[in-house]
Amino acid sequence: MITRFLGDTTILLGRSLRHIVRSVDTIITTAVMPVAMMLLFVYVFGGAIDTGSDSYVNYLLPGILLITVASGIAYTAVRLFTDMKSGIFERFQSMPIVRSSVLWAHVLTSLVANLISLVVMLAVALLIGFRSGAGVLAWLAIAGVLFLFTLALTWIAVIPGLSAKSAEGASAFSYPLIFLPFLSTAFVPTATMPGPVRVFAENQPVTPIVSAIRALMTEQPVGNDIWIALGWCVGVLVVAYFLAISAYRRKIS
Amino acid sequence: MLRGVDFEVARGSIFALLGSNGAGKTTVVRILSTLLKADAGSVDVNGFDVATQSAGVRESISLTGQFAAVDEILTGRENLVLVARLRNLKDPGRIADGLLERFSLTDAANRRVSEYSGGMRRRLDIAMSLSGNPPVIFLDEPTTGLDPQSRLEVWQAVKELAGRGTMVLLTTQYLDEAEQLADRIAILHKGTIIVNGTLAEPQQLLPPAKVEYVEKKPTLENVFLALVSEDGGGRSAEPTSQESR
Repeated sequence: MITRFLGDTTILLGRSLRHIVRSVDTIITTAVMPVAMMLLFVYVFGGAIDTGSDSYVNYLLPGILLITVASGIAYTAVRLFTDMKSGIFERFQSMPIVRSSVLWAHVLTSLVANLISLVVMLAVALLIGFRSGAGVLAWLAIAGVLFLFTLALTWIAVIPGLSAKSAEGASAFSYPLIFLPFLSTAFVPTATMPGPVRVFAENQPVTPIVSAIRALMTEQPVGNDIWIALGWCVGVLVVAYFLAISAYRRKIS
Repeated sequence: MLRGVDFEVARGSIFALLGSNGAGKTTVVRILSTLLKADAGSVDVNGFDVATQSAGVRESISLTGQFAAVDEILTGRENLVLVARLRNLKDPGRIADGLLERFSLTDAANRRVSEYSGGMRRRLDIAMSLSGNPPVIFLDEPTTGLDPQSRLEVWQAVKELAGRGTMVLLTTQYLDEAEQLADRIAILHKGTIIVNGTLAEPQQLLPPAKVEYVEKKPTLENVFLALVSEDGGGRSAEPTSQESR
């Protein structure tokens, strides 16, 4: 059973990866928006923002990476929606394969696609002056947090992918997720925000995730932020996973 | 909503489920192919119960749904290799090439399916269902939206399948399609099978045929196929019966 699952998932993963390779435009679109945002903030707004750090790129990058993932998973939802719509999802479900491998192949594809966009973002950041003295362990920790964040958001994306009525509907859920970093410490410190906004910004999941990654990149002590960040990621992951599985059960009995 | 749906299909025969849109044809097919659970009743496919032995059912069947379920971004050959690999078949490449040949898609094998015509997609779709020679095939409205030539090609493929001993269940809303292909015909109306028998049996429900003389003109389909077929009209349809009752 488990070898069958791995075999089927590998075959289907190969299929979706081929989709990604053949539609390079989606990867470029995924990366263009966050790159543009990064350039805008660094070269237009950044000079007027006092973050207390000497390099605004260094301050900004963690939030930009989260925005990259948030816009990347919109395509995860659209890819799954396209499979549902075209009937190929039902074809796979009526074949002698481990049924859940269809869903897992989409999830793994999402991880690979987002990994590519994140590497592109990091390369652009290095070009415009991002520098970090973080060691291998710190970078592994950053990779781990981003991995969990991407996995959690991917399972959120599976829900509209399975249940949306249109491709626009399947991707619309990502807009609030893309917007969330603006209401956090990702771009500006919370000190100047009015009361309720500040309370929200300091207690929503993006803030501890951004703070933890920023601390790791700048070789500062991460404190409790890393645990709160991991808690949010795992919590969202578990809830989204069960909602996605129940949406899946409603489609295929 | 299905009530009183009860039928058996013999190996190597073609069974047509005839009904208007919304009669419940697709629901029947979805239950048979384990995509939907029936609230009550029992269904056996190739000796496997769809509720308790769904894995066995999926080993035995192949579903060709109402819309050509093909991967548009892959090529025709890649689609066939994908299905053969998922079915754990040996030498998926050779199986794919064989099916491409059989459905006259060899020339288009390495083109992306998004460039295929409706008829080619449908042929590829059916070819994908035949990978691994499953003993039972479900075809849900296989010719809806096809042009007359593609329709004849699909009919030919379905007849060949039954000739090889495959059990074919097809749903259709076209009366002539059921008449042309099926050994047995069931009429599904508002979720209930109201007639089930060979073509001759439903015919007996009506008064006996009386003989009338009708001038036999070629139908528009005969004309169309004669004009557009590449080999000078060799592929014309069988003349349709002009006997009226």
